[in-house]
Amino acid sequence: MPLVNGGKIAEDSFVKLAVDTPLPASGDILVPAERFVGEAEALLKRAGKVGVIWPNNRDIDEFVPYLGKVAAVALVFPTFRDGRAYSQARLLRERYNYRGELRATGQILRDQFVFMLRAGFDSFEVKKQADAEAFMQTAKRYSVFYQPTGDGRITALHRRMQLRHSEGVGT
Amino acid sequence: MYAYDEIDRTLVNERVLEFRDQVKRRLSGELTEDEFKILRLQNGVYLQLHAYMFRVAIPYGTLASNQLRQLAHVARKYDRGYGHFTTRQNIQFNWIKLAELPDALADLAEVGIHAMQTSGNNMRNVTSDQWAGVAPGEIEDPRIWSELIRQHTTLHPEFSFLPRKFKIAITASDHDRAAIKIHDIGLRLIKNEKGETGFEVLVGGGLGRTPFIAKTIKHFVHGRDILSYIEAILRVYNQYGRRDNIYKARIKILVHELGIEKFSREVEDEWQHIQNSSLQIDDEVIEDIRSRFTYPSYEKLPHSPDELRQAAADPDFEAWRKNSVAPHKVQGYSIVTISLKPIGAPPGDATAEQMDALADLADKYSFGEIRVGHEQNLALPHVAKRDLPALWKALDKLGLATPNVNLITDIIACPGLDYCSLANARSIPIAQELTRRFANHELANLIGRLHINISGCINACGHHHVGHIGILGVEKNGEEVYQITIGGRADENAALGNLIGPGVKFDEVADVVEDIVEAYLALRERPEELFMDTVKRLGVEPFKERVYATR
Repeated sequence: MPLVNGGKIAEDSFVKLAVDTPLPASGDILVPAERFVGEAEALLKRAGKVGVIWPNNRDIDEFVPYLGKVAAVALVFPTFRDGRAYSQARLLRERYNYRGELRATGQILRDQFVFMLRAGFDSFEVKKQADAEAFMQTAKRYSVFYQPTGDGRITALHRRMQLRHSEGVGT
Repeated sequence: MYAYDEIDRTLVNERVLEFRDQVKRRLSGELTEDEFKILRLQNGVYLQLHAYMFRVAIPYGTLASNQLRQLAHVARKYDRGYGHFTTRQNIQFNWIKLAELPDALADLAEVGIHAMQTSGNNMRNVTSDQWAGVAPGEIEDPRIWSELIRQHTTLHPEFSFLPRKFKIAITASDHDRAAIKIHDIGLRLIKNEKGETGFEVLVGGGLGRTPFIAKTIKHFVHGRDILSYIEAILRVYNQYGRRDNIYKARIKILVHELGIEKFSREVEDEWQHIQNSSLQIDDEVIEDIRSRFTYPSYEKLPHSPDELRQAAADPDFEAWRKNSVAPHKVQGYSIVTISLKPIGAPPGDATAEQMDALADLADKYSFGEIRVGHEQNLALPHVAKRDLPALWKALDKLGLATPNVNLITDIIACPGLDYCSLANARSIPIAQELTRRFANHELANLIGRLHINISGCINACGHHHVGHIGILGVEKNGEEVYQITIGGRADENAALGNLIGPGVKFDEVADVVEDIVEAYLALRERPEELFMDTVKRLGVEPFKERVYATR
């Protein structure tokens, strides 16, 4: 499954651990939330980056104590019709100012890229190679947005205000 | 009318391109039907019994004449020459070919029409009063706010994959023509003691398998905070709404399971975080949207013009005028409802020729504007009273002057088993038979206001729970069986109907309705006592007795 990171297909340095996989001595690891919360101290002490896989039915507030400590958070879309992780992503970015990697995992198609970028995701485990290759093109599909989110893109309402004011200056 | 600006146009065109790519990937096999299903539903495309069905949005039921002409064009070019207006102010085409859909969308985009979020588990088309902006006594035009919410909910990056569909309706009149109490969020526009605009917010209404009347969650939310408040409700719902069972996934179930107090506390907690964010709307933003609504330059006209007095001698005209013409907020003008319920025809259908002709009539008599109401009728919102006789003649020629608005033959019905893959029973033939039984205008008039709503399955697209007489088709041992309720209503006093007894067979339904009506005529205290008031006064029992005495 190709990973898109920083807008490009990239090597995935993280290895996903299950709840009971023995801890590798080194390297970057993505750990399920329940294991992470139980062993956080030990996990964070070892060499290599640590990321957490946070399920979409677990309150993201619980993650707050670890905000500055992990390198990545992977949120889960068990199917692409299950949109809970969009709310989790926005809360992480916009309410808790999480600045690390925010990865979308699960059933990820190109049709979600724009939504996900707007919600704060910057890394994507894409199901199909063709979709991963189409990432940059698809991400630019929309040029206007009605809603303000943490991605800082200017909304239609604000663009109109700017237009109004610039026209006002001329008259 | 709201006029799109370059921003709105760009977005709609970009959506057409995206959908074109999605269809192409489906046709090439790159997308499985399972994947494509969700994507097509985001754009109003269902797979029905015979073909794809395409639902096009008519936000808050407002159409310009050039838009109606384009809908006629789509009906003619891509469908079988007709369209079906729905209970959520949309229009459906029943015979669209998948490969042609992107072209149909592109044609519609030319006139600022789209099909975004007319199905799927997202925020649906915002609906409002079809008399918005022209109804006497209205607090202010709710379409300004409807448009603001339409924009905010379009391609929302957080709420496009909700547990289930989500519907918002807005009214600004005492008499609720938008059925806000049967919506996921209902907004009643009101003013506070300082004269500022805001909303009473209701939540958790809905029909379907488990019907609920919406409850008030907050008595006043200031207009500037309405987007953040809606966002707070949606965020709670998106995270905690049930996804394990499609029948328990609507927000009404979450509100019911948590209780309105706990649910409102959750919303309040969330709202505290986002109320003072960029979601706050200042007056300038509202003014900008308001400035892109155009209002007619009304003339100063007499209350009772000569043309109207002369035409009063024609009983057919008078019957139509008394039935279909309503007061306008401006003297000398009227709101004309156009019944799409001719005797013996499927409710809500209009042919391409009718749509074209209506667009012409709108240009001539209604400042180029047409409205769509949730009762599946159309309206011309600004007709000079002096033009009523000429308009009536023109409508009559088109078969659009049936004087049955709000009467027993003004039936709301879903497409039912004739089209729909979810249906268990036929709806349209029941409606057709009932209109034939009550075709006599004097009889229908004698009965007075009486709404019959018919659904062909438990999903309740025909709003049977809130029909004064509600008819629900179900399947029992391979046979169509119809359950009949009375006493429902969808207005400001919204209530769910009560079952009168065991279900009846297809060919008994019209007889049962006749029995109910006869019972009402015998039981009412005076001619002015409407059916729903008699039912309220006496309950179900006397009707039940009458219906089942001989069955």
